[in-house]
Amino acid sequence: MSRLDQISDAVLEEALMSMPRLERQPFERRAMKSGILTGLTWAVAILGSIPLFSVIYMLVIKGGARLDLEALTALPPAGFETGGGFGNAIVGTLVMVGIGGIISIPIGILAAVYLAVLGPYSKLAGISRFVAKTLTGFPSILAGVFTYAILVINFGYSALAGGVSLAVLMLPTIVLAAEEAMKQVPQRMTDAAFGMGCTRTQVIWKVVLPTGLPGILTGVMLAVAGAAGESAPLLFTALFSNYYISQMMEPTASLSILIYNFSAMPFENQIQLAWAASLVLVLIVLVFNILARLFGQPKV
Amino acid sequence: MSATAEVVASEASAFAPLGDVVIDCNLEKVFYGDFLAVRDSSVPIEKGKITGFIGPSGCGKSTVLRSLNRMNDLIPIFRFEGHVKYHGQDIYGRKVDPVVVRRYIGMVFQQPNPFSMSIYDNVAFGLRLNRYKGNLEEHVQKALERAALWNEVKDKLKNSGLSLSGGQQQRLCIARAIATEPDVLLMDEPCSALDPIATRQVEELMLELKERYTVALVTHNMQQATRVADTTAFFGVDISEGGRTGYLVEMGQTRQIFQDPRETLTRQYVAGEFS
Repeated sequence: MSRLDQISDAVLEEALMSMPRLERQPFERRAMKSGILTGLTWAVAILGSIPLFSVIYMLVIKGGARLDLEALTALPPAGFETGGGFGNAIVGTLVMVGIGGIISIPIGILAAVYLAVLGPYSKLAGISRFVAKTLTGFPSILAGVFTYAILVINFGYSALAGGVSLAVLMLPTIVLAAEEAMKQVPQRMTDAAFGMGCTRTQVIWKVVLPTGLPGILTGVMLAVAGAAGESAPLLFTALFSNYYISQMMEPTASLSILIYNFSAMPFENQIQLAWAASLVLVLIVLVFNILARLFGQPKV
Repeated sequence: MSATAEVVASEASAFAPLGDVVIDCNLEKVFYGDFLAVRDSSVPIEKGKITGFIGPSGCGKSTVLRSLNRMNDLIPIFRFEGHVKYHGQDIYGRKVDPVVVRRYIGMVFQQPNPFSMSIYDNVAFGLRLNRYKGNLEEHVQKALERAALWNEVKDKLKNSGLSLSGGQQQRLCIARAIATEPDVLLMDEPCSALDPIATRQVEELMLELKERYTVALVTHNMQQATRVADTTAFFGVDISEGGRTGYLVEMGQTRQIFQDPRETLTRQYVAGEFS
């Protein structure tokens, strides 16, 4: 009894003696561990952005020097010529990405409507979703080979074939992003629309699509940005041309193929133009990525 | 009306409506798949009155409400035995279009659910849907006034409906629902997501709305039923057969249900002995 009292007294005394220590103790074991790990993630984050920034830095230094109005508008120079530019390649890239968009955006969004709203749990939806996911990792050169087999063999190299091959690559990105965006539309909103006496078509057109639009546009912009930088599929479908595009069924220049061609040439002028074209291509991709971010922001 | 009286007369908790019946709802069995959700519930909705549905969670009061404008059709595994007649017409009839039914029998939901568009467009939504030919602006203003929201939003009609507070959003949803002049308004726990002040406003609004519309109100809040409902239907849960099946225990004038209930279960519930 008395022994127990003594012990509890001693414990009490000690507790009163030692005030709680609230100061930061950087060399305590847990704090050290936390500090080291935090530092490590910082270091790795910086390491991860080095490639991107060094590429952009090099492009600006090497490509910026030749980036002038002539480069943006003139036709590609021949062997030993000086000057020249890649205006036709910019136009060609935009036209082919446009064709790709015209084909893939409506198909992609309508397919996403089916996946997200009409039959999300149907067998067809399950299969399509799986196929779309597989296609996102599809080697882009195969899209070119595929289009070569169905179009180029019969009709020759053309902007149209280039656009089709880009559409094949854009489609899965758009489908999956648009499906995700429409799934985010809260069910209570669709309930409200049904409760107002909307038909299913009206619910989709008046509520689901407008509400999901920011997310859908983000997906579209990312698909467009990805397609603008593709070169492998265009190698098999649009080939190249030294002139401005005059009709859809002729070989067409693109920035990525021009970079590929010019950077392998033994002429300083062409190599400089290849750098400038690379910078332009990166800027185009960047613009679409920024647009994707802007569209993706929810508006209140 | 005489037909309705006959049907309910055979049941223990018979309720004989005093006025005209707008919706004659008799749900013998409601299933979700194999699950029997509601049985033996005959709930006549009287014209120009507020009919309150009360009962513990899972008693099927929302299921019954959603059967009244075919919102349950959106759940593929829903089926029922019985009938729901609106002005004598079976709304589940073979030739009836559920979309048209919902234009006459509007709905306000538990969670405020304005569309992601401007306040004005939210209210104009149903009017545009019905290709309303009159003065849209005037009509939108009238609906917002009736929903007691006009003074708060008249200077920011272009703002998103989602920018409003919860109570304002719910009044916006009410304005949206009444803009198309529905005959009946179904309200599924419209105040459960609102604070006491907003609840008070919406309740006052309901009392004004019954001048023009017939209202059916599901509520978890017994005080709310005593404050606004003219007649009250009390639903219970039957767990005797393994599942949880809701059924109508008693229906009557609100005062009678709360002060002089016929059934023991009702007495226990309104006394707060279970919830």
